[in-house]
Amino acid sequence: MDLRFTDEELAFRDEVREFFRTALPDSIRRKMIEDHHPSKDDLVTWSRILNAKGWAVPHWPVEWGGTGWSPVKQYIFRDELQQAPAPEPLAFGVSMVGPVIYTFGNEDQKRRFLPRIANLDDWWCQGFSEPGAGSDLASLKTTAKREGDHYVVNGQKTWTTLAQHADWIFCLVRTDSAVKKQEGISFLLIDMKTPGITVRPIQTIDGGHEVNEVFLDDVRVPVENLVGQENKGWDYAKFLLGNERVGIARIGISKARLKRVRELASLERIGDVPLIEIPRFREKLAAVEVELKALEMTQLRVVAAESRREKGKPDPASSILKIKGSEIQQATTELLMEVVGPFAMPYQPEEEGRNEPTDGPDWASTAAPTYFNWRKISIYGGSNEIQKNIIAKAILGF
Amino acid sequence: MDFDLSEEQRLLKDSVDRLMADRYDFESRQLYAKEPEGWSRALWSAYAELGLLALPFDEAHGGFGGGPVETMTIMEAFGRSLALEPYLATVILGGGLLQHGGSEEQKSTYLPQIASGDLRLAFAHTERQSRYDLFDVGTTAQRDGGSFVLNGQKNVVLHGDSADKILVTARVAGSRRDRDGIGLFLVDANAPGVSRRGYPTQDGQRAAEVTLESVRVDAENVIGNPEGALPVVEKVTDIAIAALAAEAIGAMDEMLKLTVDYLKTRKQFNTTIGSFQVLQHRSSEMFIAVEQGRSMAMFAAMMAQEQNPEERRKAISAAKVQIGRSGRFVGQQAVQLHGGVGMTMEYKVGHLFKRVTMIDTLFGDADHHLSKLAETGGLIAA
Repeated sequence: MDLRFTDEELAFRDEVREFFRTALPDSIRRKMIEDHHPSKDDLVTWSRILNAKGWAVPHWPVEWGGTGWSPVKQYIFRDELQQAPAPEPLAFGVSMVGPVIYTFGNEDQKRRFLPRIANLDDWWCQGFSEPGAGSDLASLKTTAKREGDHYVVNGQKTWTTLAQHADWIFCLVRTDSAVKKQEGISFLLIDMKTPGITVRPIQTIDGGHEVNEVFLDDVRVPVENLVGQENKGWDYAKFLLGNERVGIARIGISKARLKRVRELASLERIGDVPLIEIPRFREKLAAVEVELKALEMTQLRVVAAESRREKGKPDPASSILKIKGSEIQQATTELLMEVVGPFAMPYQPEEEGRNEPTDGPDWASTAAPTYFNWRKISIYGGSNEIQKNIIAKAILGF
Repeated sequence: MDFDLSEEQRLLKDSVDRLMADRYDFESRQLYAKEPEGWSRALWSAYAELGLLALPFDEAHGGFGGGPVETMTIMEAFGRSLALEPYLATVILGGGLLQHGGSEEQKSTYLPQIASGDLRLAFAHTERQSRYDLFDVGTTAQRDGGSFVLNGQKNVVLHGDSADKILVTARVAGSRRDRDGIGLFLVDANAPGVSRRGYPTQDGQRAAEVTLESVRVDAENVIGNPEGALPVVEKVTDIAIAALAAEAIGAMDEMLKLTVDYLKTRKQFNTTIGSFQVLQHRSSEMFIAVEQGRSMAMFAAMMAQEQNPEERRKAISAAKVQIGRSGRFVGQQAVQLHGGVGMTMEYKVGHLFKRVTMIDTLFGDADHHLSKLAETGGLIAA
């Protein structure tokens, strides 16, 4: 047992860190530090910088643009990217549909879609959740009926993140209603420009517009856009959700935020005393740091075990990463709220831009929206309660 | 980066696990506790035969050159079985102080005796006013020619009643809370002026109150610099905290296992109570607490070897915070989920709960270490 990085891993970390320091445009870095959402253009710009370097999809197979890095190097890369802090490549493409396509898709689909995902030529969104299918995803009702060489899709998807920018949506659809609910689901790739698709925004409590409803009315999808076999979509979805959990701890993001909390708490004063010197506050901060360090070690244990595990079978211990990772991320937003104090109050609706001067320090304006927005983290990707079910069943054997 | 045990470490783990499985079931443990010294001489010999008592020492002194990972492996097994023997007091603390602070002559005299099982040690540092501050030393050591004369009282000396020799911190110079001026002395437990009052501890182990009245210690029994022992004391207590973290993980893991087994067999309302989601979720939360604790026990083992004392202390403090919090949660919930039976002396789970609770009070509880960590800038620099 040796928990230190090897010299080679340390050299790799320095190389990656240096690249992020020099290649990430300052305007994007600023937005990330201050918790403003990067724009579509920002993400496209950054994805293409990464792709030009060959680092847009490091975890993919080498023939499709992957790097062949060890799991530890993959972890280091992601951690450094998050700490930069740089935007993460659009997960719906590179972490979700991409791996499904290269694992279960046919050659035509791989050639057609994978390079465009890596370069963010196509913006993908995820059509899984429905108004009646949240944690119980398999009860989804959107149907796809085969008519000649097309599927005709009808139904409604919801919580569709950034669908307003999307070129494509990957959908779980019901292709057989007569069988057990998990056995009648298929995985379809749908062009967002197809007639019959309507996107309607949902405003979240922070005032932002990230998620949408997507309505599908007689949407005709060529059968060549079916991934894998008809009625096997549930297997592909489980594979996808398992991959989603691996990166979900977002330890680098929490590290970057705790640094910012410490920095701002050294500037803010209560009377003559910097907030950071108030024992109650600094102990609260240290307690979150301890939890984060523990989670980082847990993450590394999962990463180290990854190379020995069967491909595509997620470690049930990764449920810990989701639960603790979300709790810690949320705790960092609470700390920032505390630093901001009374200047959490002014509200600036996002659609009006943030050009008006704020009442209070500039850096204060995003604290409350981020706090409200990040309540989503313990809900999405399998709520924390679902994760506890997974631990109870898959690990403890209930 | 590698979380796997080496082949040798795996063999060590197997042999310790086998020994404890064969000879340290809960009923045997309760019998060992009734032996005169409160622990088993027979098991102590078995540890010596397996080489456990020699493990952390250099090969030059009859040891095996084992590091924190080997110690972690042993302590986790001891935690699972609630081992009573003075391993921490003798090998980790006493042996550690000699190994890291002693002269070549002291090491070659005493370490082989520890390794063979013939010498038991204790470490006397806590005083009535010191709480967890190792530098708060009121016991005095007055120079008298080449030797020293010790006066004072030490409390909660782990296994102080059965020790042959006691390592005592005493103030040679400076005032009570100065970091400088502290010496470390190897005192014969039966020397004139030493009186010991042994007693049982809450977790079924033993400790003693040790009073020193004009106890003479010769120059050859001064460990290291007589006015600068604190750095060695801090280093060895940090190593001990890492060992205790591993012991706590063994105990927590055992509590989780017992609890899950119980939930799967106990029937109420015509069903096993483990079918209730509220109890499944509580068990999942216990699992998370154990694994987060285990991660920090590994971190502590790694950082116990860190050369920079400030980095080492921060890491050890962080681990002690996590272990304290995880231990409290897992222990309380293990008793809760067992219901009434968890409250009884005749059942193991309550004893495990008591042990992790007492581990929190050794060398600084979670709050103590959290405030130390916060005071020194936390884990993540701005």
